[in-house]
Amino acid sequence: MSRRPWVLGVVAALVFGFLYAPIGWLALVSFNDSRSLSRVTGLSTRWYVELFGDARVLDALGLSLRLAATSAVVATAIGTLAAFGLRRAFPGRGAWTVLLSLPLVVPEVVLGVALLGFCVKLAGIPLGFGALLAAHVAFSLSFVVVVVRARVAGLDPRLEEAAADLGASPLVAFRTVTLPLVAPAVAAGAAFAFLLSFDDVVTSSYLTGVGSTTLPVFVYAQAGRRGVSPEIVALSTLMVAVSAAVLIAGVLVVAWRARRASPASTFVGSGRDQGTRPTGG
Amino acid sequence: MTARPRWLVATGLLAPTGVWLGLFLIAPLALVVQFSFATRDTGVARGVLPWTLRAYATALDPAFLPIFGRTLAYAGATTALCLILGFPLAWFIARHGGRLRTALLVAVLVPFWSSYLARIYAWKALLDGDGLVNLLLGAVGLDRDGGFLLTHGAVVVGLTYGFLPFMVLPLYVACERFDHRQVEASYDLGHGRASTFLRVVLPGVFPGVLAGSLLVFVPSAGDFVTPKLLGGVGQSTFGSVIDDQFRGGNNWPLGSAMAVVLLVLVAVVLVLRGRRGEDVL
Repeated sequence: MSRRPWVLGVVAALVFGFLYAPIGWLALVSFNDSRSLSRVTGLSTRWYVELFGDARVLDALGLSLRLAATSAVVATAIGTLAAFGLRRAFPGRGAWTVLLSLPLVVPEVVLGVALLGFCVKLAGIPLGFGALLAAHVAFSLSFVVVVVRARVAGLDPRLEEAAADLGASPLVAFRTVTLPLVAPAVAAGAAFAFLLSFDDVVTSSYLTGVGSTTLPVFVYAQAGRRGVSPEIVALSTLMVAVSAAVLIAGVLVVAWRARRASPASTFVGSGRDQGTRPTGG
Repeated sequence: MTARPRWLVATGLLAPTGVWLGLFLIAPLALVVQFSFATRDTGVARGVLPWTLRAYATALDPAFLPIFGRTLAYAGATTALCLILGFPLAWFIARHGGRLRTALLVAVLVPFWSSYLARIYAWKALLDGDGLVNLLLGAVGLDRDGGFLLTHGAVVVGLTYGFLPFMVLPLYVACERFDHRQVEASYDLGHGRASTFLRVVLPGVFPGVLAGSLLVFVPSAGDFVTPKLLGGVGQSTFGSVIDDQFRGGNNWPLGSAMAVVLLVLVAVVLVLRGRRGEDVL
């Protein structure tokens, strides 16, 4: 298998090509000066200009950004608490883990119709921002917990013990020792939650109200009606750009914080470095 | 930290998450189960009785069998294609990634975290009659009249593109753990490449294969946006039938019964996975 690694390298490069070519083409075509999606005849920003002249697009973008930010704050806050709750074994931890894995395995269409039924028939929650927030926090929570929990599990308890020995109250020790060590994972969890919310179309499409549509749902409705137009392509490129920026910023923050945090853990003599290694899943 | 019992502290930290998921995940899913035992005539108002299995009789009607079959075929083909593309990539990153491993893994994830709809539209534009794929294939005489939209292939390619990272991550973890000396040993013992792959490598990374397949199969079986946008009306899947029942307010009990069937399918797959793939998830 390893005798000819260059063959494998070529295959890997092709798969990367498969992953990036469509997005790259989308971005290129969004600057096309004609309506064609297959031939680039010249470059212009006319589709973006048109986009930002459309009040519906700006409304949808505004709602999506507000919703994603609110959902990320709520999911990160209660998800981080939950991750600390799961730190040590206690009766019932298994059941909590199962509950938290549910949003990861329930198909989105099922979650969407279930929440639609719940809001309309049972709880009387009007469709729109509130219903969307309830849904987005629900499916983001698990991601936050998974990311933060991995970091919390790698914490060296001796650091907190040292803080306590030096006279720090539990709250002070948490704020000055534990929290800075966990911060990169919290930031990553928040970035993931933001992206999940900003990008969601399936679940959201059941929960948007009149006059309160998120950007992906707006795009979905437009393209369903008229097919893919250059405006939609420009809008899609914009969504990719926002997501990629948030993701890369998140990764950079994590890498930077991990590098800064590591001298402290080496000082205490812990050889484990949990921060920079991807754990997958 | 304090004298308070550990489970009390843990439960307190987990309480906000529990309340949120209880209200906006468990209760809505329970409501869907209740809907599924109602009929269109009795409606789906609160506490409908008597319960009936009529919706299930319709959902499991042989008329829906082709849709079942198509859904499973799409999900199966997507899983297979993801394995074929994902394994060389995961193996390459794990074995030859060197210091770039983390960067390469992030590079796999970036397209995944960027707008789901945008990625589908990218393919829609590429596979269209006058799209780039048809244009390039036309140069070698392989173009297809009207392009490749509305074909089974388009749906499978779109789904594969959407869920490939779900395959690569667990495969990567498994490949990284795999002890490469086993391959050398197998060669030394006179096994060829094929036999080494089948008897040594594949069993060694099997947990990753299982976990990745599960992570790809479940969402592609539930997805309806990709089949709808790339496959068109003739290619409805299980997800899109559920969607139809709710979207037009058509037949909620039937849609609910189908949602429950989909949930049961997911549960069966999860149980079948057993414990083998668990450590890489």
